[in-house]
Amino acid sequence: MTRACLQALWSHWRRNPLQLFTFLAGLALATALWSGVQAINAEARASYDAAATTLGEGRFDQVLPKAGEGFAQEVYVDLRRAGWQVSPVVEGRLRLDDGAVRVIGLDPLTTPGALSPVAGTRDIDLSGFLTVGVLFADVATAARLADLPQEVVVDASVAPDTVLTDVGVAQRLLERPGTLSRLIVAPEQPMGLLPLADVAPGLMRVAAQGSSDVGQLTDSFHLNLTAFGLLSFAVGIFIVHGTIGLVFEQRRGMVRTLRTLGVPLRRLMGLMAAELLALSLVAGMIGVVLGYIVAALLLPDVAATLEGLYGAQVAGGLQLRPVWWLSGLGIAVLGAGLAGAGALWRIARMPILASARPRAWAMVAGRGRQVQGAVAVVLLALAAVIGALDLGLLASFVLLGCLMIGAALALPLIVGAVLALGQARARGVISGWFWADTRQQLPGLSLALMALLLAMAANVGVSTMVSSFRLTFVDFLDQRLFADAYVRGIDRDQMPGVEAYLIAQGYDVLPLLSVDTRLAGVPSELMGARVGPAYARNWSFVDAGPDAWAQVAAGEAVIANEQLVRRAGLWLGDALDIGDGLRLPLVGVYGDYGNPVGQAIVAETLFTSLFPEEAPRQFGVLGAPAEDLRADLGAEFGVPSSSVVDQAAVKAFSLGIFERTFTVTAALNVLTLAVAGFAILMSLLTLSAIRLPQLAPVWAMGLTRGTLARIDLLRALVLAALTAVLALPLGLALAWVLLAVVNVQAFGWRLPMYLFPLDYARLGVLTLAAAGLAALWPAFRMARTPVSQLLGVFANER
Amino acid sequence: MSVRWVLILLLWTQGALAQGFAGLGSGADGFAVPRPDPVFDFPADHGPHPDYRIEWWYLTANLAAEDGTEYGLQWTLFRSALAPGEAPGWTSPQVWFSHAAVTTPGAHHVAERFARGGIGQAGVTAEPFNAWIDDWQMAGETLDTLDLSASGAAFRYDMRLEAEGPLVFHGDGGFSVKSAEGQASYYYSQPFYRIEGTLDLPEGPVAVSGSAWLDREWSSQPLAETQSGWDWFSLSLDGGAKLMGFLLRQTDGSSYSSATWIGPDGATQAYGDGAFAAKPLEVAEVAGRQIPVRWAVSLPDKGVAVTVEAMNRDAWMDLSIPYWEGPVRVSGSHAGRGYLEMTGYE
Repeated sequence: MTRACLQALWSHWRRNPLQLFTFLAGLALATALWSGVQAINAEARASYDAAATTLGEGRFDQVLPKAGEGFAQEVYVDLRRAGWQVSPVVEGRLRLDDGAVRVIGLDPLTTPGALSPVAGTRDIDLSGFLTVGVLFADVATAARLADLPQEVVVDASVAPDTVLTDVGVAQRLLERPGTLSRLIVAPEQPMGLLPLADVAPGLMRVAAQGSSDVGQLTDSFHLNLTAFGLLSFAVGIFIVHGTIGLVFEQRRGMVRTLRTLGVPLRRLMGLMAAELLALSLVAGMIGVVLGYIVAALLLPDVAATLEGLYGAQVAGGLQLRPVWWLSGLGIAVLGAGLAGAGALWRIARMPILASARPRAWAMVAGRGRQVQGAVAVVLLALAAVIGALDLGLLASFVLLGCLMIGAALALPLIVGAVLALGQARARGVISGWFWADTRQQLPGLSLALMALLLAMAANVGVSTMVSSFRLTFVDFLDQRLFADAYVRGIDRDQMPGVEAYLIAQGYDVLPLLSVDTRLAGVPSELMGARVGPAYARNWSFVDAGPDAWAQVAAGEAVIANEQLVRRAGLWLGDALDIGDGLRLPLVGVYGDYGNPVGQAIVAETLFTSLFPEEAPRQFGVLGAPAEDLRADLGAEFGVPSSSVVDQAAVKAFSLGIFERTFTVTAALNVLTLAVAGFAILMSLLTLSAIRLPQLAPVWAMGLTRGTLARIDLLRALVLAALTAVLALPLGLALAWVLLAVVNVQAFGWRLPMYLFPLDYARLGVLTLAAAGLAALWPAFRMARTPVSQLLGVFANER
Repeated sequence: MSVRWVLILLLWTQGALAQGFAGLGSGADGFAVPRPDPVFDFPADHGPHPDYRIEWWYLTANLAAEDGTEYGLQWTLFRSALAPGEAPGWTSPQVWFSHAAVTTPGAHHVAERFARGGIGQAGVTAEPFNAWIDDWQMAGETLDTLDLSASGAAFRYDMRLEAEGPLVFHGDGGFSVKSAEGQASYYYSQPFYRIEGTLDLPEGPVAVSGSAWLDREWSSQPLAETQSGWDWFSLSLDGGAKLMGFLLRQTDGSSYSSATWIGPDGATQAYGDGAFAAKPLEVAEVAGRQIPVRWAVSLPDKGVAVTVEAMNRDAWMDLSIPYWEGPVRVSGSHAGRGYLEMTGYE
């Protein structure tokens, strides 16, 4: 009996291969985007975890030099001899033929806790590790180390582009004998320790971060991606839901027949559920494969984005991690279950001898309109409340969700109202029928239209954000890079000579000093600038007090970038501790787009008094074409030409990073729109099959098949246009949330919102074209419907 | 990397207990090996011998406060060589580690330290004598007067030691045989220290005094591969005589014993396998293991038949290399105090 039932169930798909395709493709597409995003996130997280574990910076306090990049090993021994339980770390970049890798040297004897990966490797020879040297690296990095004399051990838990080895070996590799970069502080310290400042006055202790800095910084970025994945999934589920509903309605007759033949309801339900599960697993697997491809294509750009925005290293290769492919399969089954549960429930409640006529399921979907309207109103109200309260990143995603779903639910009601208006105003029989028939079809198309609305709104919102960002960023680059040329990367002993020479040549020289440090607990860069009129003329602030530059120049105040100020919860008038207990009032906040870390600027004189060891790392030179400088400095000091950088080159480089940053968003955007177009196509195709009984009488009254097809095409365009008109305000609302709420939380800066009417018009045309294309095939089929089939409608009821 | 792993890698290179406790049973490749009839050169021999695989400066003390409360104290510095000889900086093959403990009637505080040789974080110099690792130190002009300090998360001690007797050489003039196959070490002691100072404990500082015993031993292969651990006794008997005796347990259940009887004047009498006997009288569960906490110890040749009982049964050294070490009370034919070390109880 089971076999016969299965055959009967399967026969439906055989007769309707299009529905099978729609179901599988819709679910697979939804799963693909979801699992693709998850794969990217999983890969990135694995890289951060590896980095954090490798460095141990998440769990242990660190001791760092107050200034500069290293300190003498003797300071470490002094601290140990004073009882401090600290462990040495030396790190730096090692140049290889094909770029550089980060080398981290540890002392395995004193490192606290389980710092991977050496911990898990039983069969290493410790004697070799400590003396000759063993290098640990992931597969890709290990391959690049073949030329080094040390033994290389492949270990997947090492962060990408990182080599882990003994501290002594690392010192030799990095050519920094006797120098350490930082110390890891063991959690347990002996009684009666001398204060750090008494033993090692040049060092400072930094508290453990709980998680890695990079992990914290990038969390919001990944949440962003996840939200996108979820949106794509929701659009896909709209398709699946529509298909499943239709399939189950069309099978009512079969269900009745099977049950009257004696198949128990329970068995039948079980078989249908199993069928759904099997199909969703197949679709899920296809989706996961597609997702892998999507992720593999996007990962290099995501990696570039993360490095550009946050300085986070992410491996470029994708691994099949169970976490994401399982979640992909899971969400496919869950999605199909969600979509199928209602349909199964209706079948279960169907009286055994109920009419086998399909109830034109799509028509009934319009019922409960009031409930739908009420839910939409509640969701939109909730969105407004959350928007007004400003509750943080997660809440702003909830806000986005409420806004989008609320608007999607409201869409059929609004479109229905507009169509009713059109019908009331219609003159002529055909026009009247057009409006009435469009209204009639609206419920069946509404899911596809919702998908289109979401996709289009996401497009408007994201492109508004990206374009606003680009305008702001270009403007910002113009302000920032006002010097004509930049000199950097030359020997620090040469710097004073070069500076004096340039001043003697009559150029305006703007040296820039900087140290990496922590300000208000945020990883930051403290910079010393020779404040002159050029700064006041070119820089604009997000917010600043009067005479901000003058106060900075006098060494009485500090200005900071938006990231630092927002992360530390400061604003104008607050004091910022810039080191050694020196607290200066904050007099200006400037935009600093694309910089992952905080930054604060003080006067050059103040900076040199705080960090007398530091020499300028670069100069800006005003009034000197880069070409001339290159020739001059090359002849005078032997400065390589690559050390003199043209302003335009720096700008181009920065813009390049920016463009890559949003490749991913743009790609996801296009994919979402494609899914929505697919949804429309499938809805129209399925509807066209049901609509025959309604069209036949119209045809019989004299409208040709060609006219009917043209009317159908027009109808699709009208509906798409209506949706597009509604998507615009929704997209702008989305853009506002992204710019004013999500960006601040995710990147630390708030951006002004610009409008791009031309872009929106282009998108509208694109949407109409997509809808028109989607409607073209059903219309073509309509024009080619055999007359016999149309006549058949009158011959019997079906 | 966990410290435990390092030690496992370092000392249990084959990961097998059959290799002997803490890897002391592995081969002596390239290292110098102790020879009979040693001629010691002091004070140089108080310093390190980097050509030998393993070496220790091992001090234990039985202490009492003015109110009569008894305490035990341990300070040990180990040198373990990955390869023979010395090299500068981080390339040094010498690894140092150290254990310190204070035992009270109700608590047992322990701490350990690790250091690489070659960078100054740990080491030993013979003249003036200085043995240190981090801030732990045992130092003095000579070995006769020493200042001793160590600290952990819950204890600290600062002690002063003064030798009141001569150095004592075990086995055959300091050549101590450890198995029937002839594995041996160089082994001498200074068991005659008077010690006094302050223990800083969680409940506050305590002034204490008593007697201490320093063991010096180095070798490259002191255990046979069939030996799994040892029970080592250092007993100071009322009347001034002292007894050092140990059992090296074989994996087949038998054992190899050795002992030195030390007269009040420092005159010694060495005993080979079988003369000294020790049998567990009571086994208790300590740190999840079955550990003998009361022993019947005998050296019939000297009329010794005593019961040796742990002052605090929970003197488990929960360190990278776990073992039991703590103060003991002696009763029976002789009364006294002492220290007991039991290793290889996994």
